[in-house]
Amino acid sequence: MNPALLLLSSNTLVHLSGVDLVIIVFYFALVLGIGFYLKRFAKTGEDFFLAGREMTAWVAGLAFVSANLGSLELLGWAGNAYQYGILAAHWYWVGAIPAMVFLGLVMMPFYYISKTHSVPGYLKLRYGSEASALSAITFAFMTILMSGVNMYAMAVVMEVVLGWNLHFSIIVSSLTVGVYVAAGGLFSAIFNEVLQFFLIWFGALLIPILGLIEAGGWNGMVARIHQNFAGQDFTHLWGPMNSASNNPMGVQWVAIVFGLGSVISMGYWTTDFLVVQRVLSAHNLRSAKLAPIIGSFFKMAVPLIVILPGLLGRALLPFHLVPGNQAQPGQFKYDDVLPLMLARYCGPGLLGLGITALIAGFMAGMAGNVSAFATVWTYDIYRPYLRKDAPDRHYVSMGRWCTIIGLLISIGTAYLVTRSKSMMDYVQALFSFFIAPLFGTVLLGMLWKRVSRMAGFWGLLAGVLTSVTTFTMMKLDARWIGVFCLSPLAQPLAQAMWQALWSCLTCVLVTFLVTLVTKPRPDQELVGLVYSLTEVPHEEHATIFHTPWFWGAVALVLFVILQIIFW
Amino acid sequence: MSEKHHIIPVWFFVGVLLLVYGVLILATGIYEVANPPANRVVLYDLHASIWWGGVLVVLGAIFSLRFSPARERARMEENSK
Repeated sequence: MNPALLLLSSNTLVHLSGVDLVIIVFYFALVLGIGFYLKRFAKTGEDFFLAGREMTAWVAGLAFVSANLGSLELLGWAGNAYQYGILAAHWYWVGAIPAMVFLGLVMMPFYYISKTHSVPGYLKLRYGSEASALSAITFAFMTILMSGVNMYAMAVVMEVVLGWNLHFSIIVSSLTVGVYVAAGGLFSAIFNEVLQFFLIWFGALLIPILGLIEAGGWNGMVARIHQNFAGQDFTHLWGPMNSASNNPMGVQWVAIVFGLGSVISMGYWTTDFLVVQRVLSAHNLRSAKLAPIIGSFFKMAVPLIVILPGLLGRALLPFHLVPGNQAQPGQFKYDDVLPLMLARYCGPGLLGLGITALIAGFMAGMAGNVSAFATVWTYDIYRPYLRKDAPDRHYVSMGRWCTIIGLLISIGTAYLVTRSKSMMDYVQALFSFFIAPLFGTVLLGMLWKRVSRMAGFWGLLAGVLTSVTTFTMMKLDARWIGVFCLSPLAQPLAQAMWQALWSCLTCVLVTFLVTLVTKPRPDQELVGLVYSLTEVPHEEHATIFHTPWFWGAVALVLFVILQIIFW
Repeated sequence: MSEKHHIIPVWFFVGVLLLVYGVLILATGIYEVANPPANRVVLYDLHASIWWGGVLVVLGAIFSLRFSPARERARMEENSK
């Protein structure tokens, strides 16, 4: 039998035609070609790790938002929208927009002016090596595990949706990502993220357009959901939040506002180096401030291609989807809703575009993790602790090798996850352990000059331990859910919010207490790192329409309007 | 996009991608009108491949021409004068 046909089996969600395969192959050829083309420009450390710091606000902004628009997120959040309804949109609105605007207007100047290569790099300048090493080592470790999880998730989706062999998907995707990231560094990663942004939008936008036509508009969709699932509210954002028993997520507004909006989103969007690295590539401070704000407008629109297909699935699919762990043969899972809707409306050609968008999203997720890993390993672990005074080209070479080694470890992780599927949930949970307290440490360091070196370290460590402890206790004994989440009805997403809230509060409290009993650093060492000691360059000759503050305010006003419309 | 390195703008690659995909999808849509498939997708009669392919072709052509390497070179030469 033809080897290409061996890759396909009949038991799949969709079947690709010849034109679909041409579309997929063209994408692989294009990204590899771009990688080889960009190799000649990635010669210095700044080129390879920070794309030469010469990206415009638009490119940096699209890469910033695309780094979080991977396929794992698309499939997962469409599935969450099917399961929880429009409540899932909180992760795109209150869980992102204020944090993105805050990053652009308040935090970016410190990252940018300090000329740091990374978030652990900022911690080293602000606190010293203890907090930086803790953050760098955990970040490098987690990033590479996440890359493996992405690889595994892609292989599984390709197996379920298209019938592709698991090993084939892992090998082809990792080889492609390895070649183009090792060649062009962050240049390649960012170029691919911008391509992915357009692919995802044009690949997925047809689903809500055609879905709303079929359902008879928004009102028709809501009526069908009420008809199919009487007595449950899937279409209001804040109304059912007064009590955990009133909504399918089992969450109150307190957890959404303080856990998600104030800690998880702030932690992710302002201190996760994978996304912050994209903004650091901007060519000047104004672009660096504008990039996350530009990203926030697109982020606000993402529910159109992620949440709406999930809701449309509830309204239009002739069968009910079930949780992943309860799916019997012949039944579909919540996470299948996006491919199902894609197959419902998209014929040959359009289907290839949608599948290519998913592949691009997975590969961009791997590339983002691997490029962030290479930077943190080279600049925050290898250079300060292993080889201090090597020439710049040595570090570039180290970055290229790190990309390859990082991918090899990711492949190992992907196969490890294949053996133990529950590991995937734990790896994702592990990542969240470090993000919430890191936000407390970075923000206090930026805003309060009194915070001492050891206060930063102990606060971060205490926050991480709190996160690990609350997670473990809730997993071991469900009675703790009622204690930590103030309601025994809290679902996993609500539990994650409360866990983040407690860990960040612990971090802030311990940092505050240790600061009171330790000696602060001299002011002159903190210039450019702390709010009260840093003069942010004034933007002269800029009209109001060119200022980040104006666009930040517009983004926040639009965000509020959306909350009111879908209240 | 890049003043220091004179890199072809990413928008050009976006344009090429959209243009090629648009042509393929549009052509497939036209072929399907002439030869309707046995298994049709929901709302097949709207012929989404034709108008969505057309949108991709138009946007792809605009991006490819506006950010073509030749045009960018000319712009940079103009700026350097």
